[in-house]
Amino acid sequence: MELILAITSGALYAAGFYLMLRRRLAQLIVGLGLLSNGTNLLIFTAGSLTRAKAPIIPEGQTAMTGPFADPVPQALVLTAIVIGFGVLAFALVLAHRVHAMTGSDDIDEMSKVSG
Amino acid sequence: MTSLILRTATRVLMPLLLLYGLFLLLRGHNAPGGGFAGGLVVAAAYSLNAFAFGIPAARRALLVDPTRLIGTGLLLALLSGALPVLFGKAFLTALWPAPALGLGSPLIFDVGVFCVVIGVVLTMTFTLGEE
Amino acid sequence: MMIATLALAPFVLIPFAARMGKDSRWAAILAIFPAILTLCFCITMGEVLEAGPITVNLPWAPSLGLMLSFYADGLSLLFAILIAGIGSLVVLFASQDLKGDPRSGQFQATLFAFMGSMLGVVLADNLFALFVFWELTGFTSFLLIGYYNNRAEARASAIQAFIVTGTGGMALLAAAALLEIGAGSHSFSELLSGNADIRSASAYPWIALLVLLAAFTKSAQTPFHFWLPNAMTAPTPVSAYLHSATMVKAGLYLVARSTAILGGTDLWTGTIVTAGTVTMAVGAWRALAETDLKKVLAFTTVSALGLIMMLLGFGTDTAVTAALVFLVAHACYKGALFLIAGTLEHEAGSRDIRELGGLRHAMPLTALGGLLAALSMAGLPFFTGFIGKELAYDALLGQAPPGPALLPLTVGASMLLGAAALVAGVAPFIGRMGKAAPTRPVPLALSLPPIVLAVAGAAVGVYPSLLDGPVSLMAANVTGKTVPVHLALWHGFTPVLLLSVLTLAGAASLYAFREAIRRRIWPRTFGFERLYTGGLGALDKVSAWSVPAMQDGSLRSYVLILILAATSLIAGVIAWAGLPPMPPMTEIRPAEAAVAIMIIAGAISAARARATMTAVLSLGVTGYGVALTFLFFGAPDLAMTQFSVETLTVIIFTLVFYHFRRFRSHSNRMTRLRDLSVSILFGGSLATVLFFVGAAHTPFGLGSYFAGNSAALAHGRNIVNVILVDFRALDTLGEITVLATAALGVRALLRMSKRDEKKP
Repeated sequence: MELILAITSGALYAAGFYLMLRRRLAQLIVGLGLLSNGTNLLIFTAGSLTRAKAPIIPEGQTAMTGPFADPVPQALVLTAIVIGFGVLAFALVLAHRVHAMTGSDDIDEMSKVSG
Repeated sequence: MTSLILRTATRVLMPLLLLYGLFLLLRGHNAPGGGFAGGLVVAAAYSLNAFAFGIPAARRALLVDPTRLIGTGLLLALLSGALPVLFGKAFLTALWPAPALGLGSPLIFDVGVFCVVIGVVLTMTFTLGEE
Repeated sequence: MMIATLALAPFVLIPFAARMGKDSRWAAILAIFPAILTLCFCITMGEVLEAGPITVNLPWAPSLGLMLSFYADGLSLLFAILIAGIGSLVVLFASQDLKGDPRSGQFQATLFAFMGSMLGVVLADNLFALFVFWELTGFTSFLLIGYYNNRAEARASAIQAFIVTGTGGMALLAAAALLEIGAGSHSFSELLSGNADIRSASAYPWIALLVLLAAFTKSAQTPFHFWLPNAMTAPTPVSAYLHSATMVKAGLYLVARSTAILGGTDLWTGTIVTAGTVTMAVGAWRALAETDLKKVLAFTTVSALGLIMMLLGFGTDTAVTAALVFLVAHACYKGALFLIAGTLEHEAGSRDIRELGGLRHAMPLTALGGLLAALSMAGLPFFTGFIGKELAYDALLGQAPPGPALLPLTVGASMLLGAAALVAGVAPFIGRMGKAAPTRPVPLALSLPPIVLAVAGAAVGVYPSLLDGPVSLMAANVTGKTVPVHLALWHGFTPVLLLSVLTLAGAASLYAFREAIRRRIWPRTFGFERLYTGGLGALDKVSAWSVPAMQDGSLRSYVLILILAATSLIAGVIAWAGLPPMPPMTEIRPAEAAVAIMIIAGAISAARARATMTAVLSLGVTGYGVALTFLFFGAPDLAMTQFSVETLTVIIFTLVFYHFRRFRSHSNRMTRLRDLSVSILFGGSLATVLFFVGAAHTPFGLGSYFAGNSAALAHGRNIVNVILVDFRALDTLGEITVLATAALGVRALLRMSKRDEKKP
């Protein structure tokens, strides 16, 4: 399963970077979103996969018994998801502004306008 | 964007989603949930509302300006960190006056996160929608 | 404790210096503080003579085993006394020299900062502390050389000095690290008393050469010497203090200090003696070619530093003794001569030796100081310079080869230096009046410091056995064994005396022909500075070529360069180290595999999409797939959050992309093919790394701590949430702040657009 998830994460990265190499502003942002998903999956996979229990202590007990998923990468990824959303939204609005100002969504044309 | 189905569904879903979000926030310390997840659900509920009834209506339904919610949330989080300092402990040390009831400064912190998340998401969707 | 207080005292005085330095009368009072320090160091020297070296340890970064330790033995105290004593005179001199300058407070403050750094260098017990103070002297020196920052020349020399000595500083840091690794200690007191023989360690040549690089750059040894004459753009008090009496001697101190630890090998002796000899010759040769008084003095300083360096390189009892006595003598007479050059410039308005002459009546005290200092420098009997020179000749005669062979060169250099001494200290005051003439009597604050220095230098020469005890102690600190020292004025009719007489005669005749020599001397420069300017120029060319090539302002080239570099790094490591064996894997379940395939399909579809909405929905598919994967592998919190975020992302994309047109392909087939292969290559290498890392199933330490304490300490059973709001709440606080900033950014951007629309 690790192999499959590794390939999946790699595919998200490949597609994300391919889109970032395009000249369309919109494609760039979608690429950014793919990278964000790929990274979350990457950190999660790198932190050891397990189908065991979620890191939630059962009621009435004080500690986990038996194997359980590592809570640390989960805490990392949880905030990364939300931050990724914030950054993506910001980038999106920025792109939108640039598009509105230059009337184009071709990155190369924009640099001609500003430069 | 204002179909009858969407409006009717929203009327039913809205209170449920809000309750669910609050529920996620409160039980987050012991079960899946927490300020992030709860805040996102509440924000989704209001976004849905905005789709169905328009942004001015959604703003009215929210009662407060979402930007103000961000500030409130950050202040709450900071406050929960500053409280222990008054008792001579380090910044952000957890205080548990009533652990059995689940009342403690981390709850204030989580409420702060909850508010920030709602505020952030709604500030974005509302201002974008008003374009 | 006392020593630490004394060493750091000048730093405490900086604010006072900044305030008091503004007014020349108050600035003169400032000189009292270093004078008190000098007294304290003298008393400490007395204690050390009786009771041995003093060590003080202050915690600095205790978790790294780093202490701010101070170590005071005879050698460091000698330097401390010179630094504080000459510092006091220089502060007094500067109070008058910079009178009326609006930035004189800043100048005095920098001078005190330098004094503290320099005391730190000589009193530091470990190489890391020494490095910090060493760099501080470089930094304050930079500020002082560039004091007249409205002059391009001053700025250029300040930068040059900083680059050259800063390079040495980096070498020192590297040496400290290597020493720590190789010998297990970076403390002088431990290394000096330890038995570990560093000289046989494999890293020894590197340590030795790095230490010497630091010492040579700081002490202006050829080929790095050119920064020192250029640094003469500094105000004269700085030249007297930093560039003759103290800072340029830091390199000598470092060599002396390291001799007992690193010295005695062929590498050590050979490198130092070669550098010292060449420097001595180059400096002496060039001194007479200059017409600027300060440049003359600067080149003689370079030469003297070379001579002392050479003697320290031999490292024998007699050579070290000679080096130390010469060092003290040089600090006194050269400091005095620099201050006199400053007085001439300040009062007579020139420091060109062709315009100065006949000033003995106008400035009698200064003239007397100049005479005494020049005679000591020329090596006339009854002066410290004489004793130092005799000891140097004697030491060379007694050395193993190539010691005696260097004697003719040394005598020749001494003749040139003697002539230069007369040029700088005597010529301006005798003969016909030159163009430059003073308009008033010289203020006491200008005439006193040089004469005090000159008299101090002369006094020791009259009664040399005064120095027997301290010099013997210092020499022992350098060589690591007891050194008997008997300084005397008269040694009988020896070959050394003959050489001394020869030197004096040579100096006198060179002085007589100084005009002719100055005009005809060849070669006038040796082109070492061209190495520096050429090197910098080459660096500029490389930057001019590489920066536009790598940073052309196009996002796509950045992304391309980034991922190509990352891919080749990963591929390089795999090619070099090979792949680890296949790790065990969690079994594959059809549902999970199907979700993974769905994600991949989403990614491909997003990359191929023509319509904006297709791309956005494909992105959403990958996000929901990732959320499902979180759910499969024990992360319900993540799954929940990812689901909500993905929904909101799609909503926001829809809101924005409403305005965007369909994608038209702007790039041709070849470009697309190139980008595709590069991306796939990168994704592939990333997947490879991730597979071997992720499947390795490293046991988690931090996770079990949180799991064990979550319920008991934090009263929460959802460990992920407890980490977020309690254990690592500070991180979360930072993260919600980032979120808030992003939201405010979005709002600001959109508000801006509204405003733009209102005013067309």
